Amino acid sequence: MRSAVALVLALALGSSAIAAESSDGMAKRVAACTTCHGKEGRATSDGYFPRIAGKPAGYLYNQLLNFREGRRSYAPMTYLIDHMSDAYLLEIARHFASLELTYPPPQTLGASSALLERGRKLVTAGDGAREIPACVQCHGKAMTGMQPAIPGLLGLPRDYLNGQLGAWKTQQRHAAAPDCMATIAGRLNAADVEAISAWLSSQPVPVPSAAVPMTTAKLPLPCGSAPQ
Amino acid sequence: MRLRVRIVLVALVLIVGLAVARLVVELRADDLGPDAPFAPTAQQIERGAYLARAGNCAACHSARGAPPYSGGRGIETPFGTVYASNLTPDAETGIGRWSAGHFWRALHEGRSRDGHLLYPAFPYTNYTLVTREDSDAIFAYLRTLPAVAAPIRPHALRFPYDNQWALAAWRVLFFDRDTFAAEPKQSAEWNRGAYLVRGLGHCSACHGERNVFGATDEPLALSGGIIPMADWYAPSLASPEEAGVAGWTVNDVVALLGTGSTPHASTTGPMAEVVARSLQHLSEPDLRAIAIYLQSIPQAPARQRISSSGADPAMLERGGVIYRKHCADCHGDDGKGTPGSWPALAGNRAANMDSVANPIRLVLSGGYPPSTAGNPRPYGMPPFAQTLNDAEVAAVLTYVRASWGNTAAPVRSFDVARHRQGRVNY
Ligand code: HEC
Ligand code: HEC
Ligand code: HEC
Ligand code: HEC
Ligand code: HEC
Repeated sequence: MRSAVALVLALALGSSAIAAESSDGMAKRVAACTTCHGKEGRATSDGYFPRIAGKPAGYLYNQLLNFREGRRSYAPMTYLIDHMSDAYLLEIARHFASLELTYPPPQTLGASSALLERGRKLVTAGDGAREIPACVQCHGKAMTGMQPAIPGLLGLPRDYLNGQLGAWKTQQRHAAAPDCMATIAGRLNAADVEAISAWLSSQPVPVPSAAVPMTTAKLPLPCGSAPQ
Repeated sequence: MRLRVRIVLVALVLIVGLAVARLVVELRADDLGPDAPFAPTAQQIERGAYLARAGNCAACHSARGAPPYSGGRGIETPFGTVYASNLTPDAETGIGRWSAGHFWRALHEGRSRDGHLLYPAFPYTNYTLVTREDSDAIFAYLRTLPAVAAPIRPHALRFPYDNQWALAAWRVLFFDRDTFAAEPKQSAEWNRGAYLVRGLGHCSACHGERNVFGATDEPLALSGGIIPMADWYAPSLASPEEAGVAGWTVNDVVALLGTGSTPHASTTGPMAEVVARSLQHLSEPDLRAIAIYLQSIPQAPARQRISSSGADPAMLERGGVIYRKHCADCHGDDGKGTPGSWPALAGNRAANMDSVANPIRLVLSGGYPPSTAGNPRPYGMPPFAQTLNDAEVAAVLTYVRASWGNTAAPVRSFDVARHRQGRVNY
C-alpha cells in the first residue's frame, strides 16, 4: 500500500522534480545495469536476466523498490541500488520504460504440443475449478501488460518465468499487499508452472509491444501494486 | 625446593583469584537507583534525531525492509553473528521500559537494561565518549518512534564467545569507559570534529586496525584495517596514499563526506552507506569540524612502495586487452576517466593502494556512490564477477596499477579468488 501511494505520488510529481536529460545521458548513468540486462536493457534470450526495456515504468519502479526493501532478492543487484533515492530510481525506471526496442525471436522451440496446449489454456482461460484466473485478464489481451504497473509476459526467458512463479510460491518474491500474484502462484502446481513458462516463452512478441491502458473492468483479484 | 614450589603455587592461586575477582567486578552492574523523571522538550527530540543520524544508529538497528530502528540486522563478526536490538519503545522487545539512565549506561558502559554486558559489535567503545546530554536527546527521540513488537533474535556466537565471562575478560583487556575531554589548545571547531569522529561517528570502528581479539589496536586510532567479515579495507586516515585528507582543501573534504564524491575520489561499499545514511545529513558546520579534525591527524611519511616493475609482461599485455574491451569506455584509454562522470584511474589512490581488497571488490561487484543532495544521480560501475575469471581480474588490475604513471604492486589471481568469497551486500 505504502509503495502504491508512493508510486502514484511519484508519477505525479516526479517529472517536475527532476530536470529532464537526454536519453543518451541517462544511458551512461545506467551503463552499470546493461552488463546483465543486455545492451540498452533489451536482454538476451539466453540465461536468466530479464529484459527491462519497454516495461511499464510503474512496474519497473515498484521492482526497484522491492529489491531495495527486501521484498525481492538478488544480492548483486540490490547492492548497486542500495543507496539510490526514490527519485533517482523512478528516473531510471522511466528511462528503461521509454525504450522501444524490437524483441528477439521466441526462445522456446520444440516443447511438446500437449504441454503447450496446457500452458495456452491456463494463460488465456485460467481454470475456474481451481480458482485460477486467466492471466490475460490482468496482463492484457495481447499479454503486453497494462499501464502503469502490470508487466507484459512475453519476451521473458523460460528460466526466468519458472524462477519468478517459483519465488512467489516459496515466498521469496513479494509485491505490495494484497499480493495477487502470490495468491495465483500458490494455486498453480509445478506442472502448471512448467506449461505456462514453456508456452509464454514460445510466443512471438506482438507489434506494437507497449502495455495497454489499465482496464476499467474489475480485476479478478485486487493487486496492491496495481490499485484500481 | 618444596618451599619454592609452594610459593609459586600460592602466587598462581593469588593471580587467578585476582583475575576472577576482576571479572566478577566487570560482570556486576552498579545499581542505577530510582528513575529520574524524564520530560523531553521538542527541541531535545529534534536534536536527538540529528544525533542518531550522526551516530548512524539506524544502519545497524534496522533490517532491510523492516520499520526503522526495529532491530534484527545481523552484524557478522569473526566470532559469530550479533543481532542489533529493537530500539523502538515497545515494552516487551524494545526499550519501552528503559530509563534515560539505562540508555546512557548502554552507550557509555556497554550494558543492557538488566546489567548484562553487550558485545562490542555495538560500537560503545566509541559511544562511551558521548555526553549524557546527547545520550538523553537520542533517547528522547527514540521514544517518539512508533513501538514495533519484533521478535528478539538470539545471537549466533561460537563457544566460548557466547559467554558473559569471555566478554568480561575482553572488556578488562580492551575497554575502559571514557568521557570526551576537550583539548584546550585546539579550537572549538577542532574539538567538535574530534568528538564526532571519535565518538558518535565511530570512524575507528572501521578505520582502526584490529587485533586477533577483534579489538582496535590503539583505541580510536584511524590507521586503516580490513573490516572483519565485510572484506573491505577501510583505508588509513593517517596516510596521504590511502584516505588521509591533510593535503586537501576543507571544501573538498566536506564535499566528499557530504555528497559521496569529488572529482578525484568517490565513496563506495560500506563508506557509501556511511555517507548515505549518516554524513550527508550532517550540518555544514559539523562537516567542516570533522574535516578540520581529520586534517590534523599526523600523517605517516610516504612509504617506499613495492614497485610494479615485477609484473609479468604477458600478464600486462593480457590485462591491457581486457582493459580496452571492458573498462576504457568509462575510464578512458589514457586512464583519465570522463570528467563529471567516471573517475580517472591514473594516480587514483583507491586503485593503487597496497591493500588490493577494494579494487578487487569494485571489479567483482561494481558499485554506485550514494544518491545525495549534492550528487543525486550518480554514475556507476558494472559488476564483472560473472564476466571475468580470477586470472582476468588479476590481469586487468595489474595493468591498471602499472599504467599511466601508476606504480603499484601486481594483483595475483590468488587474491581475487580469496575476495570472491566476500559478501556482496557488504
Ligand atoms: C549482476 C547482474 C545484474 C545487474 C548488474 C543488474 N541487474 Fe537487474 N536483475 C538481475 C536479475 C538476475 C534479475 C532477476 C532477479 C530475480 O528476481 O530473481 C534482475 C531484475 C531486475 C528488475 C525487475 C525485472 C522484472 O521484470 O521484474 C529490474 C527493474 C532491474 N533488474 C533493474 C536493474 C537496474 C536499474 C540495474 C542497474 C542499476 C540493474 N538491474 C543491474 C541482474 C542484474
Ligand atoms: C489479478 C491480476 C493478475 C492476474 C490474474 C495475473 N497476474 Fe501476473 N502480475 C500481476 C501484477 C500486478 C504483477 C506485478 C507484481 C509486482 O509488482 O511485482 C504481475 C507480475 C507477474 C509476473 C512477473 C513478471 C516479471 O517480469 O517479473 C509474472 C511472471 C506473472 N505475473 C505471471 C502471471 C501468470 C502466469 C498469470 C496467470 C496464471 C498471472 N500472472 C495472472 C497481476 C496479475
Ligand atoms: C555497527 C552497528 C551498530 C551501530 C552503528 C549502533 N548499534 Fe546499537 N547495537 C548494535 C548491536 C549488534 C547490539 C546488540 C549487542 C548485544 O546484544 O550484545 C546493539 C545494542 C544496542 C543497545 C542495547 C539494547 C539492549 O536491548 O540491550 C542500545 C541501547 C543501542 N544499541 C543503542 C544504539 C544507539 C543509540 C546507536 C547510535 C548512536 C547505536 N546503537 C548504533 C549494533 C550497533
Ligand atoms: C562501516 C565502516 C566505515 C565507517 C563507520 C567509516 N568508514 Fe570511511 N571508509 C570505509 C571504507 C571501506 C572505505 C574505502 C572505500 C571508499 O573509498 O569509499 C572508506 C573510505 C573513507 C575515506 C576515503 C574516501 C576516498 O575515496 O578517498 C574517507 C576520507 C573516510 N572513509 C572517512 C571516514 C570518516 C570521517 C568516518 C567517520 C565519520 C568514516 N570514514 C567511517 C569504511 C567506513
Ligand atoms: C560504466 C562505466 C564503468 C566501467 C565499464 C568500468 N568502471 Fe570502474 N568505475 C566506474 C565508476 C562510476 C566508479 C566509482 C564507483 C563508486 O565509487 O562506487 C569506478 C571505480 C573504479 C575503481 C576504483 C576507483 C575509485 O575512485 O573508487 C577501479 C579500480 C575501477 N573502477 C576499475 C575498473 C576496471 C578494471 C574496469 C574494467 C574491468 C572498470 N573499472 C570498468 C565506472 C566504470
